[in-house]
Amino acid sequence: MDALDRAIVNQLQGGFPLCERPYAAVAEQLGSSEDEVMARVERLLRDRVLTRFGPMFHAERLGGGLSLVAMKIPPGDFERVAEIVNAMPEVAHNYAREHALNMWFVLATETPEGQREALDRIERETGFPVYAMPKIREYFVELKLHA
Amino acid sequence: MPSPAFPLDPLDRLIVLATQDGLPRVARPYHAVAEQVGAAPAEVMARLQRMLENGVIRRIGAVPNHYALGYKANGMTVWDVADEHVDALGERVGQLESVSHCYQRPRYPPDWPYNLFAMVHGHDRAEVEQKARQIAELLGDACRGHEILYSTRILKKTGLRIA
Repeated sequence: MDALDRAIVNQLQGGFPLCERPYAAVAEQLGSSEDEVMARVERLLRDRVLTRFGPMFHAERLGGGLSLVAMKIPPGDFERVAEIVNAMPEVAHNYAREHALNMWFVLATETPEGQREALDRIERETGFPVYAMPKIREYFVELKLHA
Repeated sequence: MPSPAFPLDPLDRLIVLATQDGLPRVARPYHAVAEQVGAAPAEVMARLQRMLENGVIRRIGAVPNHYALGYKANGMTVWDVADEHVDALGERVGQLESVSHCYQRPRYPPDWPYNLFAMVHGHDRAEVEQKARQIAELLGDACRGHEILYSTRILKKTGLRIA
């Protein structure tokens, strides 16, 4: 990554303009050209320096259900349970974490009612209880990493 | 409590479907979306603006890969904060530069006594721990305990398909 890549990564975390030629607008702020900025964004996405670029939708405002879920899985059952959980299309991210509660995933369903059904299914198929942790309150959501 | 759904009409839904995987890298990306959904570009931009104003879209921008930027330590800091103070303190923790996501979530005593979650990214664990100390200082006596849970493995990482 060179200085322009870093500038683009930093700038685009803040927001991308809603106008006819948004890449040109960004290019002007960064002292580059429209074509250059477009090419750089394409490459940063291809190289997975950026994982997403576009509108960030709020799942619940769209009418969906969303929850963080944790499970406490003994070592001998971990791979089996991970496979079952990962196979569900409603599971977007699944991380192993260092704690007695060692499996953490995000469950996204089309409706809030769908959450209970999906969680029941996970408990049934894995044989382990789920700790559903939907957000009660959101205080701040913004990623601002300095490239 | 969860955010209520915002009423979207069929054109809004088409725009969501056309953009949830990202914006095209063409000079006039919203024009490209307009062509795809069969509406005028000005209408598409107005709809996107309205979704931004109503929180259906948090923002239009880029999400960086923290690992690629050198942030190797991904610490989920969790805090047991007295209920009467958690909202006021949660707002302040969320404002800290080092915190990317901050939520109140339910406890599951005794296994899980924590009700405040703050994601902290650092170049290494020492940095995450230093940022956690900042949070601890801010919370003061209202906090009865905390932990930092590091991720050791990404088991699955696909985008949210929400429409």
